[in-house]
Amino acid sequence: MPAPYLKRAPHVMNVLDPQGPIGAADATILIDSIAIMLAIVVPTIIAIFAFAFWFRSSNARANYMPRWAHSGRIELVVWSIPTLTIILLGGVAWLGAHHLDPAKPIEGAQKALRIQAVSLDWKWLFIYPDQKIATINTLTVPTGTPLQFDLTSASVMNAFFIPQLGSMIYTMNGMTSRLNLRADKAGTYRGLSSHFSGDGFSDMSFDVNVVSDSDFAAWTQRAAGSDLTFDAGAYSKLAQPSTKSERAVYRLDDPHLFDAIVLQKLPPGPGPSPDPRPAASSTSDAGVADAR
Amino acid sequence: MLGRLSWAAVPYDQPIPMIASGIVALSIIAILAWVVLKGHLPYLWHEWITSVDHKRIGVMYVLLAMVMLLRGFSDAIMMRLQQSLAFHSAGYLPPEHYNQIFSAHGTIMIFFVAMPFVIGLMNFVVPLQLGVRDVAFPTLNSVGFWLTATGALLVNISLMVGEFARTGWLPYPPLSELTYSPGVGVDYYLWALQISGVGTLVAGINLVTTVLKIRTAGMDYLRMPMFCWTTLATNLLIVAAFPILTATLAMLLLDRYLGFHFFTNEAGGNVMMFVNLIWAWGHPEVYILVLPAFGIFSEVISTFSGKPLFGYRSMVIATMAICILSFMVWLHHFFTMGAGADVNAIFGIATMIIAVPTGVKVFNWLFTMYGGRIRFTAPLLWSLGFMVTFIIGGMTGVLLAVPPADFLLHNSLFLVAHFHNVIIGGVLFGAFAGYTYWFPKAFGFRLYEPLGRAAFWFWIVGFYVAFMPLYVLGFLGMTRRMQHYDVPEWRPWLIIAAGGAVLIMIGIALQIAQLVVSIRRRAELRDETGDPWDGRSLEWATASPPPVFNFAILPKVDGEEPYWEQKQQAGEHAPHDKPDYQAIEMPRNSPTGFVCAFFATIMGFALIWHIWWMVIVGAFGAFATFVAFAWRDHDEYLIPAAEVARIDREHKDARRMPAGEAVAA
Repeated sequence: MPAPYLKRAPHVMNVLDPQGPIGAADATILIDSIAIMLAIVVPTIIAIFAFAFWFRSSNARANYMPRWAHSGRIELVVWSIPTLTIILLGGVAWLGAHHLDPAKPIEGAQKALRIQAVSLDWKWLFIYPDQKIATINTLTVPTGTPLQFDLTSASVMNAFFIPQLGSMIYTMNGMTSRLNLRADKAGTYRGLSSHFSGDGFSDMSFDVNVVSDSDFAAWTQRAAGSDLTFDAGAYSKLAQPSTKSERAVYRLDDPHLFDAIVLQKLPPGPGPSPDPRPAASSTSDAGVADAR
Repeated sequence: MLGRLSWAAVPYDQPIPMIASGIVALSIIAILAWVVLKGHLPYLWHEWITSVDHKRIGVMYVLLAMVMLLRGFSDAIMMRLQQSLAFHSAGYLPPEHYNQIFSAHGTIMIFFVAMPFVIGLMNFVVPLQLGVRDVAFPTLNSVGFWLTATGALLVNISLMVGEFARTGWLPYPPLSELTYSPGVGVDYYLWALQISGVGTLVAGINLVTTVLKIRTAGMDYLRMPMFCWTTLATNLLIVAAFPILTATLAMLLLDRYLGFHFFTNEAGGNVMMFVNLIWAWGHPEVYILVLPAFGIFSEVISTFSGKPLFGYRSMVIATMAICILSFMVWLHHFFTMGAGADVNAIFGIATMIIAVPTGVKVFNWLFTMYGGRIRFTAPLLWSLGFMVTFIIGGMTGVLLAVPPADFLLHNSLFLVAHFHNVIIGGVLFGAFAGYTYWFPKAFGFRLYEPLGRAAFWFWIVGFYVAFMPLYVLGFLGMTRRMQHYDVPEWRPWLIIAAGGAVLIMIGIALQIAQLVVSIRRRAELRDETGDPWDGRSLEWATASPPPVFNFAILPKVDGEEPYWEQKQQAGEHAPHDKPDYQAIEMPRNSPTGFVCAFFATIMGFALIWHIWWMVIVGAFGAFATFVAFAWRDHDEYLIPAAEVARIDREHKDARRMPAGEAVAA
């Protein structure tokens, strides 16, 4: 059982340190919303302490008003303050939800790069249909290019999430979800599944290598010329449950593989063997090699 | 013969569940042996197990909740320990065990701690506050409690026989379908919740009927104490929402047992339907839990401020607004499912609108304290701790209602921190406030105050130490339910959080110590007056513990705070007129609930293990119990007027003794 925990990409996943426009906009809305709410939350908390302290029973100077329980003016204020705050914040939510709709394409000079992502038990398959590449647990993308993801799941629900690039989205079998992201700074980031999917869930992380256009072109060329090919047969093997899969890069043989998965022409993943004890986790999958 | 059940179902090779279940089994045997040998069994059977007295049933609900709190908290400690250890390592819990633990933790804390705690308090208090003798359906009440206990028992049996669900506290398909979860874990979950869900539904029907139909003379809707209003709102939600849960889980059961395709990947099943349905129940559920807590805080803050609740009518409107709005926001639990921007925005805004009535409530509690004479007792401390903590939890909740913020924080530890922030800071603090506040009413002596305050401080400090780091971890991208990780930035925060859990554990230990000390010193903590806190509503007008019929003469109400007004007018001079005592009819105790639950347990266990003959035995037994109950001839007994007079006079004499009038400072 060698090296059960792979050396992974740098570990930064701070959502408040975004590396693309979607992540940055999400984070801005997050911070703004907190600021709007703190403006009412902090004074209220102070008032709780102040009122409780001043009106303590031992304080002889405090005015005791045993029958005071109504005040139209105060009622008006206590209904108005939260209402006004929510009107403001509701506006933020409305605009934000539309501006940052995950399905909305990102404006950009370049043509968007299409990527199809499939969550399996328990690894990620990424397909570049135009570049004829398939990868496992590793994603390489160029800087500044809009990334157009189509996502699905081979078996159970997962969520695709690269914290520093922004918005996450669920993956579900038999369905396609859409997500648009962009990475602006070269570097290696990290993605993960952010929806619990079973025993191997904790190892469903993947690298995101953001590289320059020329490096990306070189990488696609190299990958498309790989000896390892990926097709329906390889997919069926990959769909068997396994944990801690190695990263791998393949030449894609079947450009319609993703559609075949979504339309269930390739059947949903088989799940664990009927044995009640969980299947022993394997450290590497047969036929999958580390491309690095 | 035994379906899928065999000796292989007992996890001999796993020391942790074996030791845990061994301890549980031994303590149960020890308690049973003590009860039988000491000859307490007849007392327990006649006075508690078969009791249809709403007060006794309320106490048993709360007891169940507290016992299950220990179990749920052990799970929490194990999770915190695992996540502090599992950096670049597998920790001490393998995934298949860890996944059961977080699933069990959530299931137990929601269904078998929070629910029975609030239902128990409502059961105990509401008829007293309404000035009546019992709930609408006393025997049904007992059935509801025992079916809840059945669910709790099944969850605990899974520890020793088989396994529990490994799917999270809400079993999202297709992971929870037979293909991906072939074991009995999900079946334990489903049958435990189906059976206890029936119990919750009948409790809801019972309490709605009680509040709507059984109130003492003059107790108009707008004179009911706030806790009765929140009880009404909560139980309306139970009646409306729990059938959705039952139906949803029934569909999943059909998938698993009979090969249906409601939520499977194949044959047109749709997981999104499950997710929508489960949250159509799940969101009202959080208000089912928190509304009674709001009611408790209203009572406690008003009593210990020595003032009526500020803005009573506003509070009523706010409560009912929350009740209705809570059904209109379920989609905010899955903004990340890919619905369009309009849908996400509308549900986000609808969610925020709930913050308005909730905010109004906070301000009204604040102004209830204004101009008061605040006594810092343990219940008030819990209430203040709640107000501060809940505002923070509410803020992070509204933040998650902003779709783009949710796109970053959904399913992260930020979310985990948020709902613990509102459920611990709201529901649990409320339950503890109510427990401390009404304990003297239930048992006739107060809880030992210094230990109660110490427990509060450990709980609240422990809460902040345990959960504030989780907010940070959410920003650092850590998602929930990870069995191990290799991100060094996460680790210090997880270790701090584990430290917080230890502080909470000390808080719990102090609460146990408080109970023990209070029982031992009950003579000096005794409250003879029935009104230890200088209360304002009718439950304080009767003796502690109240006689089985609650009130010798049903009170007449002509204001919002009947007992307070009565005290103001009567002053030192209790009315000396000779009350006209009448004989009182009370419902007979009945073993129906217990027997029915006994058979339901057999049926549930048999269904989980596919032991079909035993399913028939259980189902037939439960049905026969009902038939037998329906055929009963005598369901009430008469307490003669002389006996009522004697009991009432005893209470009144005790009340006149000045020594008994000490009010907790």
